[in-house]
Amino acid sequence: MKVDKLIVGKKKFNSRLIVGTGKYKNMSECAKAIKLSGANIVTVAVRRVNISDKKKPLLMDYIDPKKITYLPNTAGCFTSEEALRTLRLAREIGGWKLVKLEVLGDKKNLFPNMIETLKSTEILTKEGFKVMVYCNDDPLMAKKLEDLGAAAIMPLAAPIGSGLGILNKTNILIIRKQTKLPVIIDAGLGQASDAAVAMELGCDGVLVNTAIAKAKKPFVMALAFKHAVIAGRQSYLSGRIVKSLAGNPSSPTEGII
Amino acid sequence: MKKIKKIKIRLNGKIKNISARYKLHDLLKELDLPLKKVAIEINREIVDKNKIKTIRLNNGDNIEVVHFIGGG
Repeated sequence: MKVDKLIVGKKKFNSRLIVGTGKYKNMSECAKAIKLSGANIVTVAVRRVNISDKKKPLLMDYIDPKKITYLPNTAGCFTSEEALRTLRLAREIGGWKLVKLEVLGDKKNLFPNMIETLKSTEILTKEGFKVMVYCNDDPLMAKKLEDLGAAAIMPLAAPIGSGLGILNKTNILIIRKQTKLPVIIDAGLGQASDAAVAMELGCDGVLVNTAIAKAKKPFVMALAFKHAVIAGRQSYLSGRIVKSLAGNPSSPTEGII
Repeated sequence: MKKIKKIKIRLNGKIKNISARYKLHDLLKELDLPLKKVAIEINREIVDKNKIKTIRLNNGDNIEVVHFIGGG
């Protein structure tokens, strides 16, 4: 079979599953789950260093940024200004240009503020960032992001951490069909089959955090998502049969005794 | 004995007294911070990590040191 890689901002990745590194019990659980998931990209947050506790374990000691691509995010930012500041700092830590922009507008549902998001995408792109953009499942906004130079469109399936799965398959399909950019489902998945559905819709990847980190058995769920993404992608590429309302026997009707 | 002059800075939101002679490099050394794993801002301006030995700290400076932590 032809090598089927995820390409974002001219970089190639073997795995189409991106995982978040938040909400795990500890760093070693997080590192093991990531390993099992087979992800090549992990999202990370930018926060103040704990000055008073020097012995606190560092993420980089558990997940080697030379082996796994860190995708800095702007989680917790509610304005363009905050998001830009965060990503400029992230770039300064280690030269990362591939980033995930997420500007929230609604504290309860964590829906994106698309006005601030569009503004930030334009500025960051001009500064040389490759911006993967968390957005709502609105084809019009997705188109605007593409026009402004986004590196990937990341529509939500459902509110962050909700586990509801893909709520608007039609919109996701429309977004997928109208853009040349990678479409990566971000947020709201609850179980492995949700990821398979996303991939069968033709999405290029999925980003999962809570569904793995907060499963009763995160390691088992990490594996489940890995397989679901591969299965969904292959299913999409296989050219599925046409749906029919009538039955169609699987065994030959000739030669029946 | 001559008393070393102190200045007040704000480091990650907390007031800290340091020697007026401190360069940014001295502060980071005192805190034992791995330079490769952090980014630094002084008064909202990102600092070039190659220049920390020459950057002098002033009374009232607002310094932020950030790194990557787990997030979704």
